[in-house]
Amino acid sequence: MEFLYYMGDVFTPINFGLLLLGTIGGLILGATPGLSPTMTVALMIPFTFKLAPEQGLILLGAAYTSTVAGGAVSAILLKIPGAPANIATTLDGHTMAQKGEGAKALQISFIASAIGGLFGVFLLIFLTPVLATWALAFGPSELFWLAILGVTVIGTLDSSSVVKGLLSGCIGLWLATIGFDDIMGAQRFIFHSSVSGGINVIPALIGLFAIPQVIAMFAKGRSNVDAEIIVVQRHPIGDAFREVFSRKRALAIGTAVGSIIGLIPGVGGQIAGLVAYDQSKKMSPESAKFGTGHPEGVIAAESANNAMVGPSLVPLLTLSIPGSPTAAVLLGGLLIHGIFPGPALFTQYPEVVWPFINSMLIGQILMCVFGLLIAGWAANVARVPRAVMAAVVLGLAVFGSYSVGHSMGDVYVMAALGLAMYFLERFGFSAAPLVLGLILGPIAEANFMQGAMIANATIGQMAYFFTGWLNWLLILIVVASVGYSIWMELRQRRYTTKEDAQA
Amino acid sequence: MNDLPRTQHIIASGAIAAVGITVAYISYTQEPAAAFVFPRLIATVFAMLAIWTFVKAVMGRTKVGQGLSGQDMRNLLPGLIVTLVYAFWGAKELGFYTATTITFFILLALYDPAPHTEAKTWIKRVLITAGFMAVMYGLFAMLLNVYTPREIFS
Repeated sequence: MEFLYYMGDVFTPINFGLLLLGTIGGLILGATPGLSPTMTVALMIPFTFKLAPEQGLILLGAAYTSTVAGGAVSAILLKIPGAPANIATTLDGHTMAQKGEGAKALQISFIASAIGGLFGVFLLIFLTPVLATWALAFGPSELFWLAILGVTVIGTLDSSSVVKGLLSGCIGLWLATIGFDDIMGAQRFIFHSSVSGGINVIPALIGLFAIPQVIAMFAKGRSNVDAEIIVVQRHPIGDAFREVFSRKRALAIGTAVGSIIGLIPGVGGQIAGLVAYDQSKKMSPESAKFGTGHPEGVIAAESANNAMVGPSLVPLLTLSIPGSPTAAVLLGGLLIHGIFPGPALFTQYPEVVWPFINSMLIGQILMCVFGLLIAGWAANVARVPRAVMAAVVLGLAVFGSYSVGHSMGDVYVMAALGLAMYFLERFGFSAAPLVLGLILGPIAEANFMQGAMIANATIGQMAYFFTGWLNWLLILIVVASVGYSIWMELRQRRYTTKEDAQA
Repeated sequence: MNDLPRTQHIIASGAIAAVGITVAYISYTQEPAAAFVFPRLIATVFAMLAIWTFVKAVMGRTKVGQGLSGQDMRNLLPGLIVTLVYAFWGAKELGFYTATTITFFILLALYDPAPHTEAKTWIKRVLITAGFMAVMYGLFAMLLNVYTPREIFS
């Protein structure tokens, strides 16, 4: 119950102010189509430089939580998911809005989000210290395999093509080796002075997540968001609470599915929402009503996508393996303050990590309260022309990258990676494994070199990296995730081919 | 898959394969070899996967990625040029605030769907640009004390 000891830290004027700012800002930005939670958090990192580590993390954590929930606003009122995590919400949420139940749909989505989110954060609170103690048993070989696991799992499960996902991960791992080698001080792949000190993670994150979205907005040409905003009528809030609590099955399924999926590195909120929706539909006696504006669809999807937020941070805080792209960005937020997550985090920096986790707990409640208050208004941000949105994001990306190290080199790296990522995405590559490779590359290399030195002095490299049950377990998970993804890809291809043939 | 995306896939995967092979070549030939042990491991997998992707693209068996349509290219090209000029030249040579003001205004003029013929539209664009720059100055110059390169007009 150590977390209770640090609960008061959340309520200091600055910390609570930042929590409010992150929550309200996240709700508004989350409701904006085109601004993903990952991009929002990445753009916010430069604003945390001047803050104490726990304050910076409180701001980023609040933004993460509420952008996921805020995405439901545009999903319900515009049928445009604010984030991939809200895709399942559109299925019943928008239909409810079309039937004049927009306010009810928004209310139940925020209440379900808060309940799922609270459960997820409690999992984070109780699972993380246990797992952190367990992680102390990890040596260099296990940490090397763990880093490879992080890249391959997200590379295979988060991408539509296994080969392209793994290739993205390799590109990220290669980018991480640019600069001076840590042991010998030798120059590696320094093709331009901007990368002589290696690739700075924060500008890279900003570029990889923000610039492709800016160019995607350019690609749509001179047009506004072509969706009609449905006007929200008043709806008694008490009725919404009663509605959510009367649909316990959907709430339980959503919360459980979201929590489990959140714990698996690489499987994001999008999948959590869709799986929870699907399972809830299968187990409901009213399954025929799903898709016709059924509250259970909204409850299952929204409780799931917020329940995954807390657990997705468990692998990050215990093993330094980000469970999702947004968790990878949060890792960047930790690294700029000189904090390296891992088993020792809770003993070395309890004054940073507990207020951060506690703020996510309080943030869920604030997100629900402010979500209910500003939901109808927040949808109006969709009226902002794409041109303005693109120009704002571009300006923030350039200023944000520069402010990391007051270096034009960082701006060049940000712009170059962002432009390259846009074109890579058009050809089926994904940013998430590339980012994971970039972040986990130094961890993988440091542990590989350390392990190789131990191995050379003891039992030899093959024996060192390929013996021990933990090494084998990790290797097995790597192989299983790749194998499963290949099987799924082939299966999907077979179905597509069959459908094509029938058509 | 029609011919345009196929050609695009060949070009894109060819470029990636070229990078992969170059990285592998450098990893295996550069000295000191001990500094390239880990890059060699990565580069080998990188090059193999990149060549696999390229071969699939040449054979027309690429399943993922829609490529870019001509319309997409026409739409994004002006914005892309403005972005490149801004990030790689304007911000340093003109100063961050000057370059951002110009870029922001040009992007609004290029992509805002409001009619160009109305004076009201232009006034709105000027006001939005001024508002955004005021926020950026407040945030980065006053709140975060970020010292940017000297402005051309200062």
